[in-house]
Amino acid sequence: MTVTETVRQPAPAFGEPVLEAAGVTMRFGGLLAVNDVNLTVREGEIVGLIGPNGAGKTTFFNCLTGLYKPTGGQVRFAGAPLAPKPRAVVRAGMARTFQNIRLFANMTALENVMVGRYCRTSSMALTSIIRGPKFRREERATRDRAQELLEFVGLGKSTEHLARNMPYGDQRRLEIARALATDPKLILLDEPTAGMNPQETRQASDLIFKIRDSGLSVVVIEHDMRFIFNLCDRVLCLVRGETLVEGTPDEVQSDPRVIEAYIGTGEDEDEERPQDAPAADGDGEVTP
Amino acid sequence: MSFPTLPDTFVAKHAAKGWPVGLAGVALVIIGSFMSWSFDRQILGDLSVYGYPGGLQILAIIAALLALALLLMVKGPLYSVMGHWLDAALGLRALSVWLLIYMVGILVAITTESSGLVNIDPGGWVSFVGALLLFAGSRVIPLRELRDLSETKVPGWLEIAGIAVVMAGILFGAAYALAREDAWSFVLFLVFAGGVIAAMFRTGTMTWFSHVATRQKKVLTLAAFAVAFFFPFTQNGSDANMSIATSVLIFAATAMGLNIVVGLAGLLDLGYIAFLGSGAYVAASLSQSAFATIGWKPPFLVVMLVGGLVAATLGLIIGSPTLRVSGDYLAIVTLGFGEIFRFSMFNLDGNNGPNLTNGPNGIPGIPELEIGNFNFGDPHTVLGIELGRFSNYYFVLLLLLGFIILVFSRLNDSRIGRGWIAIREDEKAAEAMGVNVFGLKILAFAVGAFLAGLAGTLKAHQDGAVSPDQYIFLESAFLLAAIVLGGMGTIAGVLIGATLLKLLPEKMRFFSEYRLLLFGLTLVLMMRFRPEGLVASRRRKLEFHEEDEELALAIESELVEEAK
Repeated sequence: MTVTETVRQPAPAFGEPVLEAAGVTMRFGGLLAVNDVNLTVREGEIVGLIGPNGAGKTTFFNCLTGLYKPTGGQVRFAGAPLAPKPRAVVRAGMARTFQNIRLFANMTALENVMVGRYCRTSSMALTSIIRGPKFRREERATRDRAQELLEFVGLGKSTEHLARNMPYGDQRRLEIARALATDPKLILLDEPTAGMNPQETRQASDLIFKIRDSGLSVVVIEHDMRFIFNLCDRVLCLVRGETLVEGTPDEVQSDPRVIEAYIGTGEDEDEERPQDAPAADGDGEVTP
Repeated sequence: MSFPTLPDTFVAKHAAKGWPVGLAGVALVIIGSFMSWSFDRQILGDLSVYGYPGGLQILAIIAALLALALLLMVKGPLYSVMGHWLDAALGLRALSVWLLIYMVGILVAITTESSGLVNIDPGGWVSFVGALLLFAGSRVIPLRELRDLSETKVPGWLEIAGIAVVMAGILFGAAYALAREDAWSFVLFLVFAGGVIAAMFRTGTMTWFSHVATRQKKVLTLAAFAVAFFFPFTQNGSDANMSIATSVLIFAATAMGLNIVVGLAGLLDLGYIAFLGSGAYVAASLSQSAFATIGWKPPFLVVMLVGGLVAATLGLIIGSPTLRVSGDYLAIVTLGFGEIFRFSMFNLDGNNGPNLTNGPNGIPGIPELEIGNFNFGDPHTVLGIELGRFSNYYFVLLLLLGFIILVFSRLNDSRIGRGWIAIREDEKAAEAMGVNVFGLKILAFAVGAFLAGLAGTLKAHQDGAVSPDQYIFLESAFLLAAIVLGGMGTIAGVLIGATLLKLLPEKMRFFSEYRLLLFGLTLVLMMRFRPEGLVASRRRKLEFHEEDEELALAIESELVEEAK
């Protein structure tokens, strides 16, 4: 196994840590789905999360966003400990998308994004019934911001379209717009290019760069290695719930353990998906 | 209502005959209506006069004239005016079917109410044959391709005039229907109204009207309230129908409150009547009735507020532990809560606990409502028309219903309403987007309970008595049925559902034994054929037809259209 030396680019200067997850552990009965995973994400950083199917990537996301209550470890966000409750997580500034798209199918694109504004707006029952100037101002601001975000992700023309009628790629982008509507500091994307063709995948990575450039940090789960290694500043590889390797894309893709985790050693071949393997990526840097 | 269509070859062969046969049918129906229908003058009003039509015969003539107008749209002077837009042939088919049912109904009514077929006079047969000819003729008039009605450009004043005509029709129809004393006349009127509505749907008039309604929403709302407001003035001081109308209003107001819980937040509440009951018990206890156990009588507005707050508190108490669990459990718990409420009222009689409610006897003798110097028990004369006791309550209840509708529609169209829809769509995703799922559910529960409590305080005064047996599970079930039948999450639908469910049993006493059977049957059929209810909200239509791509695209194009 040979590893080609590439010229190390100077590490970009990242800001303060946004997310600090230490020793996150999730146990379902006898199954240890996530075991003592550490992850630090800094301002303006794009971090990739890779690993074979069932490695616990999505479970880790669920632990971070409060959908699961981790059985061990601590998550700190922007310096403060984060309670494992979805609302608290979103309020603190961490938003996510889902692996299997979970849009509000019977709402329009605009309405979907407006729901995302929920936690940043405050009008309650009485204000909504009385409809004073404050309510109308907030409602208009919500609408304008939602429209702005739809244009940001490239769906400016589809505002009144029902989510369920939209093409697959647009639904993925709409989900990102909805997550952005919560004004996050960090956005977690769970397989944002699953099922996309190469052109859509390139648009997706452009969009993620655009999100990063607007000042957000990004964590991406993905199986498409070319996409991940091109996109991320740092990559974390999970296998069987544990961190196998963490480092720059170059370090990770040249690590023999990563290749082994994907291709297998021949003993547990049945759980492999060769097309996910870095080698199948064919960029010549890794030759088995 | 539609029958299977005849084979195309048959229609093509006889197409030319359809029009003249239909015209002959119209003529016969009208001629027959000027003759006597029934030998017995005691039944169905009086239909035994030769020379001029009366009562139900006038309805037949109106239907025939409508059919004539449609015929002239198929071929004749009206063709150039409206023939391109309205689907006259299809409308004619619908109308003729209903007219035939109407005439058959008349013949059956005369036969069963008097002693046999012999009592049908020639006029009845003539009109019946006329209806039959019209039916046959309409079957072979070929259908045509039409332009899209939503493209019609009609001046605004004409749209408003259209709303006025429909609203006036509803007002007169309601007054006329309520004035029918016997059940047969009432049912036959419903058949007539059904025919007119079906024809409006089939010709596409209804489509046009629904477009107008979305364009002229404010005018329509005002007109609807004007109609409701003027209804008591059509009753000439008679309280018989007004008492039905007030009970319809109470029922509708409560159903509208429940609609927030069920239709907007998507929570199944099977004990909602308890909130109405708690409001009513509060008002009764604070009324200084001779049987009330609390000797305090604050101003009525305070009573309303207390009633609403007590109900809302009960809602919070029952909601906070149960709303954390999912749908079915909530239904069971609320069902139990409804019963607990009833039994508590039953048992707080001094023997089993403190004497608050007089137990099974309830609190009778609640004095009439009095606001300022205005006593709701006395009749008042306005513009020379006497308005009785029930009319007074009617107006207050109308205000309350208006308030509840306002709360409903404003909550629906707000941040909170969007949150509710998101929860209905995907609770987990809504939570992950920062929507306060539990808070919004409990809000729906509390607001719904509060509004029912308000309605309850008025109901106590209007009924003059409260007792536990008014607040049984069946009432909750009827409220829910009104919502499901009318259309969850809609205003018009729930109003229609509530009116139908309250009005029909009042007017058709003879079927009261079969009431539950028929309601059950209706609901089963609705679930099978039109789960979104009579008036469907767009959102519910989509939710009930997840697989229907065409529907989704059609609704989407409407949305895009409206956004422009």
